[in-house]
Amino acid sequence: MSQSEVSNVVCTFCGSLCDNLVVTVEDNEITKVKNACRISKTEFMHATEDRTVPRIKGEEVSYEEAVNEAVDILKDTHYPLIYGLSSTSNEGQRAAIKLAESIGASIDSTSSVCHGPGTLSKQLVGAVGATLGEVKNRSDLILFWGCNPIEAHPRHAKRYSMLPDGLFIDSDDKETIVFDVRETPTARLADHFYQVQPNSDFEILMVLRALLEGEELDIPAGKESIGGIELDEIYRLADKLKNAEYGTLFFGMGLTMTRGKHMNTSAAISLVRDLNQYTRFVLIPMRGHGNVAGSEKTLGWQTGYPFGVNFSRGYPRYNPGEFTAVDLLGRREVDAAVIVASDPAASLPYQAVEYLKEIPTVVLDPHQNLTTEIAQVILPAGITGITAPGTVYRMDNVPLEVRPVLEDEWPTDEEVLTKIEEGVKNA
Amino acid sequence: MLKIINGMIYDPLNNKNGKEETLWVKEDKIIEPPSSAEIERAKEAGELEVIDAQGMAIMPGGIDIHTHIAGPKINTGRVLRPEDHRGDTVSKRENLRSGVGSTVPTTFVTGYRYAGMGYTTVMEAAGPPLKARHVHEEFEDLPFVDKGFLVLAGNNYFVMKFISEGDKEALKNYLAWLIVATGAFGLKVVNPGGVEAWKEGKDLRDMNESSGPFNLSPKEVLEGLAEANEDLGLPHPIHVHTNNLGHAGNYRTTLETLDLLKDYRAHITHVQFSSYGEDEENGLLTSESGVIADKINELDGITVDIGQIIFGDATTMTADGPLQYGLHQLSGNKWVNTDVEMETGSGVVPLNYKQKNLVNGIQWAIGLELFLKIEDPWKVFLTTDHPNAGPFTAYPWVIKLLMDADYRQEMIFQLHPKVSQYTDLAGIDREYTLEEIAVITRAGPASALGLKEKGNLAIGNDADIVIYNLAKDDLGEVFAKPEWVIKDGKTVVQEGELVDELIDGRTLLTKPEYDENILDIIEEDFKAYYSISLENYSVADDYFKEIEVIPCR
Repeated sequence: MSQSEVSNVVCTFCGSLCDNLVVTVEDNEITKVKNACRISKTEFMHATEDRTVPRIKGEEVSYEEAVNEAVDILKDTHYPLIYGLSSTSNEGQRAAIKLAESIGASIDSTSSVCHGPGTLSKQLVGAVGATLGEVKNRSDLILFWGCNPIEAHPRHAKRYSMLPDGLFIDSDDKETIVFDVRETPTARLADHFYQVQPNSDFEILMVLRALLEGEELDIPAGKESIGGIELDEIYRLADKLKNAEYGTLFFGMGLTMTRGKHMNTSAAISLVRDLNQYTRFVLIPMRGHGNVAGSEKTLGWQTGYPFGVNFSRGYPRYNPGEFTAVDLLGRREVDAAVIVASDPAASLPYQAVEYLKEIPTVVLDPHQNLTTEIAQVILPAGITGITAPGTVYRMDNVPLEVRPVLEDEWPTDEEVLTKIEEGVKNA
Repeated sequence: MLKIINGMIYDPLNNKNGKEETLWVKEDKIIEPPSSAEIERAKEAGELEVIDAQGMAIMPGGIDIHTHIAGPKINTGRVLRPEDHRGDTVSKRENLRSGVGSTVPTTFVTGYRYAGMGYTTVMEAAGPPLKARHVHEEFEDLPFVDKGFLVLAGNNYFVMKFISEGDKEALKNYLAWLIVATGAFGLKVVNPGGVEAWKEGKDLRDMNESSGPFNLSPKEVLEGLAEANEDLGLPHPIHVHTNNLGHAGNYRTTLETLDLLKDYRAHITHVQFSSYGEDEENGLLTSESGVIADKINELDGITVDIGQIIFGDATTMTADGPLQYGLHQLSGNKWVNTDVEMETGSGVVPLNYKQKNLVNGIQWAIGLELFLKIEDPWKVFLTTDHPNAGPFTAYPWVIKLLMDADYRQEMIFQLHPKVSQYTDLAGIDREYTLEEIAVITRAGPASALGLKEKGNLAIGNDADIVIYNLAKDDLGEVFAKPEWVIKDGKTVVQEGELVDELIDGRTLLTKPEYDENILDIIEEDFKAYYSISLENYSVADDYFKEIEVIPCR
């Protein structure tokens, strides 16, 4: 029996990309994972379960038959959609973009239903950011807004934010504040928790900006709080932000996907930007999927745009709301879909999923999920970070290389997508 | 086999100034005229291609010594600015990928446009070590040109630590390791000490003021790096973005920097941004091009590139975080900042340089004054610090401004009327010759980068060749659209059109030697203060499509 221990393994199952896992492999099975959180432990230990096999309309077929079926579907479409990308490598994404260009598709990532509004607001006002090591080394005041790392990014607090000692600061001197609509486990661990009334993030952020500018608040009589935060607390908070040495605001979908969406994030970015007149302050999105950050990078350098890109004129065009997956499916505009390393049937709105069921859908995924259930063609692929190599970007855009710890009988996303692209081109 | 006949060869390194001579190319190199038997054989096999370059100028492929084309900053600029791309789209062809252009073009389009104007080698001027992998990923999608990148070292924790300890050996070993680990070509210093100070909330302007975790002054950091760069014998001297860049009155800092570096080889980049005086009455930026040019004329080991302002849209981006904050404050435009742990900072701010704006007009004039006042063309190279002062696609029109004094006067006439009070550009009648243009756009940068097989057409060198049709009416058009561009012996532009074939260039690396012990020395601090493992830091070889290692001196 062969046994090996692989160190410094990068975990690709959330945007934190912890890179110090130690994985024990016996006979091409993972038997032990060290330095893992709940999420990564589950993902690594059960990586080889529920694997997909090549299928056409539910029937198991050879890989080649499945690829040929995908090619047949795509060569005859008028307006295909390529969607997903957040759990594949940059290399897989680049191949997907090439395919999109080749067949005149719209290509969109899960960003558009996740942190996309944050990127839209970046296009409006910019963004003041930093890598996670800066937070560890410098940040004396850490805000979590609409995010819950203790459950969603379990080792974030320990590695990067609340708990590590840094170059210029010990963890004892770090103050953490959570803004959320409910008392999450992260809130319970923080020094302060502000329970925000649902949908009042924008208001709170704009009031903080106004106070920062020295504006007098014109408060209606009888109103004693803003968005659930007591007035004098708000004043204290504005002072606290101003007096930090190096503040950090982490934000999640509680900000980007609640009422106001990109306006919320614009307000948060503007607040952080304005704070730099007094001190240093940065903001970092808590990206969820392991390489959703990478999808905005690869699309960026190949097309100039981060998501929602259309190639039907032979060159890239960008229009969120027009070329984004939810809208294209909801409006029943596309006539075929290729889903790469994501599970839209589990996450998109009902109408969009219903339409996805009606059109021919090719799904590339290592594991069975709700989307493989409705796929016309299933193409298994390597698991990025476990059986497939490649590049992935952390939530702060630090690129890491992942190397497979297990062997796989299936090719990588990059290989499959390239094969399909060549097939369509030669058809 | 390729034979280029009847052309006038401009190859300053080999003292050819418009000499009519036949050039022979076989595979990817320039060769001696073959024997007549060999020519016959090639002819019979249908392998002899002949280009008639009658009335045309032949030069080595252009070399850009300082540009921002690949990596986290330029990509942030792309994503930040959909408004930049919409009016400039590039459709896919059978074998060429699509993309967008304007000031922050996509990678493929960057390759098309450099090659399309006869540039075959480009140097990405600033990559953060922690994100070096990103630079190389983009290089893989940047066709037609050879490229390398300079790795940022001026605000690096370990650099400052070893300098403060006076441990020159450790500094040398660390820098050599850093270059190899990140796949870099050379060292870049941006606002040494100042970027780290700004992370700590200080606006550091004085070269002698100490700050940071090791209480060092910018002078100490800069000199330590310049010395280590020499000791390592890197092909390219230390590449410096000065302290205080962009601020009125900064020429004094630049003079201090030049004095400090006078005993070393050094390259001062986009020196236009570092040659500003200050009007005592109104604080307005004025030209100190004369003082700076005099100093450069006087020193032997110093080269500069200009960073010429181009009127119109630009996207400023630099590792100089505090500078970008200042530009945001000044313009009110959107601002992206990224502090990179242990290493550097950075920022991106879109700008528009206006022809009728007094300050922009003065900046424009300062760039041209420097070109014209620095006497030796081997010391001054053409750049726009793309896309900071303007896009690289404007080079042909800068060449026209340098070669044609009348055109220059016409342009001055269109500026804010007060510009001439602040500059003496209108009084300079020097015109660059074609040979001098060949120096500032290829031969000079090749020498400064230590690329012996580039920038000249000697036998055995890389067959990177450009053929310009001088018969065109407009000098700008001559240089914007060469008739032929040959890269490594392959035709890339034919009769003014880019070929429909994606041809990769090489990644240029250098590999200085180092003592492996340096990894043990940095291990403890790395583990404590970085957010990734040391074992996951180095860029593996699979990120390079094809490499060329340039030997150290």
